[in-house]
Amino acid sequence: MIYIYAAFIILAVFFAVLRGLLGPTTSDRVVALDNLTTISTAGLVLLGFVFQRFIYIDVSLIYGVLSFVGVLTIARYLEGGL
Amino acid sequence: MILNILGNVLITIGVIFLFLGALGIFRMPDVYSRMQAGTKATTLGALSTVIGVGILQPEWFWKTLLIAIFIAISNPISSHALARGSHKIGIKPFMKKEGLDSYENVSIEEEK
Amino acid sequence: MSWLMIIVVVLSVVLIIAALFAVYQKDLLLAVIGTSAVSVVLSVLFYILQAPDVALTEAAIGVALTTIIFVITIKKTKRFEE
Repeated sequence: MIYIYAAFIILAVFFAVLRGLLGPTTSDRVVALDNLTTISTAGLVLLGFVFQRFIYIDVSLIYGVLSFVGVLTIARYLEGGL
Repeated sequence: MILNILGNVLITIGVIFLFLGALGIFRMPDVYSRMQAGTKATTLGALSTVIGVGILQPEWFWKTLLIAIFIAISNPISSHALARGSHKIGIKPFMKKEGLDSYENVSIEEEK
Repeated sequence: MSWLMIIVVVLSVVLIIAALFAVYQKDLLLAVIGTSAVSVVLSVLFYILQAPDVALTEAAIGVALTTIIFVITIKKTKRFEE
């Protein structure tokens, strides 16, 4: 069962990185980065379940709280504000 | 037993939606379609995966629910700001006909 | 070869690709995005290597703080490198 989850996560990371490498505009790469952060948030919870450690979930909580700050800063810079 | 099957089904749905979101990012034609695929599908996938782990381990449920709430709040904020910023710097949406972009004609004073 | 080893190998390849992208890019905003991707992948690698405290610090600093500081610096100076 864990092999299926690992295969889907690896394929998702592969496609997101590919779009981040060859996206034509800056916004494409930012979307790919946002997608990579969300994939890693879900994947860290799944890895914490596999390792059976309760304290490991805190890293994923930090990602959930802070992941939008970088994208928000880059978006405000593109808009001309900041 | 029921909780075990339900948690595994939720995690499988979530992982498949994460993969479909990344595939949509790779295949869609322009920035806004990519943003729609990469934010909505990925948000559903992350929510489903996190809640599935919380159902499989019942003593973890409240912390995973907190993570799910933070994902559901913070993911649309970044998507909205990014869509607005990339429309401001002049990236055109992918359209078959002209004149379908209603936000193009909104002036600054009207927006305020 | 277990599934965890496959994930570590894939993430290492992604890490090297993102680091090379950040180094050789002339547009400095895209280099900042590459640095943020390096931070995300490195945090997941620290997590797999059983160091959740280092992963937590890397997530909090690398995703949020470094991106904000670099984007403000690009705003104060200039975006493209000659």
